[in-house]
Amino acid sequence: MRTRASGRTVGGLRSLSLQAPAVTLLLLWMLVPLGMTLWFSFQHYNLLMPGDPSFVGLENYRYLFTDPSLWRAMGNTLVMVGWILVISVGGGTLLAVLFQQEFRGRGIARVLAISPFFVMPTVSALIWKNMMMHPSNGVLAWLMESLGLPAIDWFSWIPMTSVVIIVSWQWLPFALLILLTAIQSLDDDQVEAARMDGAGPVAIFRFITLPHLKRAISVVIMIEMIFLLTIFAEIYVTTSGGPGLATTNLAFLIYIQALLDFDVGMASAGGVVAIILANIVAIFLVRAVARNLEE
Amino acid sequence: MSTVQTKRPWVGVLAWLVALVIFFPIFWMLMTGFKTEADAVATPSLFFTPTLESYVEVQGRADYPKHALNSIVVSFGSTLFALLLAIPAAYSMAFLPTKRTKGTLLWMLSTKMLPPVGVLMPIYLLSRDLGLLDTRTGLIIIYTMMNLPIVVWMLYTFFKDLPRDILEAGRMDGASTFQEVTLLLMPLSLPGIASTGLLSIILSWNEAFWSLNLTASNAAPLTAYIASFSSPEGLFWAKLSAASTMAIAPILIFGWMTQKQMVRGLTFGAVK
Repeated sequence: MRTRASGRTVGGLRSLSLQAPAVTLLLLWMLVPLGMTLWFSFQHYNLLMPGDPSFVGLENYRYLFTDPSLWRAMGNTLVMVGWILVISVGGGTLLAVLFQQEFRGRGIARVLAISPFFVMPTVSALIWKNMMMHPSNGVLAWLMESLGLPAIDWFSWIPMTSVVIIVSWQWLPFALLILLTAIQSLDDDQVEAARMDGAGPVAIFRFITLPHLKRAISVVIMIEMIFLLTIFAEIYVTTSGGPGLATTNLAFLIYIQALLDFDVGMASAGGVVAIILANIVAIFLVRAVARNLEE
Repeated sequence: MSTVQTKRPWVGVLAWLVALVIFFPIFWMLMTGFKTEADAVATPSLFFTPTLESYVEVQGRADYPKHALNSIVVSFGSTLFALLLAIPAAYSMAFLPTKRTKGTLLWMLSTKMLPPVGVLMPIYLLSRDLGLLDTRTGLIIIYTMMNLPIVVWMLYTFFKDLPRDILEAGRMDGASTFQEVTLLLMPLSLPGIASTGLLSIILSWNEAFWSLNLTASNAAPLTAYIASFSSPEGLFWAKLSAASTMAIAPILIFGWMTQKQMVRGLTFGAVK
């Protein structure tokens, strides 16, 4: 009895000391910047203006929430996240089913289809901006012209759609990669039995495949949401948030306040808003993973 | 493994068509890299005289090798530190679990949810005050911390799959914790550690928020260097393509190699 109890304490101490470096550093990495952001958000603090920062209470927040560009940016964030999720998760699910079928060269086709996920965001944004979507020399312009249609000036006419296309191109392969893995564990006998009972492919998808993928799909949605809430590089190299504010999302608005206007107070207040939004999503993701940990 | 017994050739045709459409922009970039600048902006065509001109020029300009080296140092450096911190932590979580282990794991996951843009200002000011702006050291520190939760999680799921008896036996034979980790655990889980390391390298290599905001001409890795091609000073598509191809090729290959194991890390073990 005593040995067991002491053994546990020794084990506890040992595991504590083994985890201590990672946990301590992560704790610092989280708390210090978080605390600073929170503190700055109550300060009047601009790097371009002389004078020390001063405490202004909720002034920054009041200013932020009455600024139409915040609401525009929030709206843009929602539209972007919403559409990219629909395209990448919807498309990813259908393609996972397609690429699960047996056909010649399946391995290679799968690898090609998931490749965009491994391309760095600045490269994919620039390939699309220049070689694909350039209004006169791009492949898409050439394609439209060969079909006898007028070429589209993507980033001026439909900037939001263009950004959504680029980011979806990167994240659909992510959804496909995860869902292809999840679909492997689908019970073949069950599918076969359903087929014997006369179920068509649509019914099999609806009543067997989709329920089987439910958890994987929800995990994909939540992970994508966390990344998509703060899309940055793709906007930075293509539209710079424009024209006007047409493609400015929350992350880009904060960037403008922070590193173009050097308004520390406002950028921090915006940062706090972004953190709160991300955390609302995060709670659900942590719950889903925790449930998985129990099993 | 297949769920389809009946042969339906159109499935293969459709799947290949989709795969080629998705891959097309990458293929096109590959092609454009071998064109002259004049051919690159001409009417799209697969028929052109291939040239290595752009590659030679990009390599020749002193900046490409410098930024490539930055990418290598930063992504390998941060991965090394993340593994050094994570292996002991994941070991203790997998083999010496306490009541707090689950909570610690979930807390680590939750730190990953902090949007980088939310702490842009503090990290920028801290880097500036510590003299870490536009340095590789600064990026290495940030990427280490950024990937640490994923690395711990992924290692944890790999370690948990190991047979416990072997480590148990090592402990009975009087192996110290250090010996247990280095002589038993690490060799046994080498594939898992390798794919975790690869994922961490991929994520650091492709990271574009901190690299764009915290680096300039000195420490900019390839993500930030490529972004400089977006400036409107004329169309250099062939050079852009050549530089991009070199920037993504190693990571694309790493990605192809580890795609299966990577799913664990990317979903925090929720999908295996």
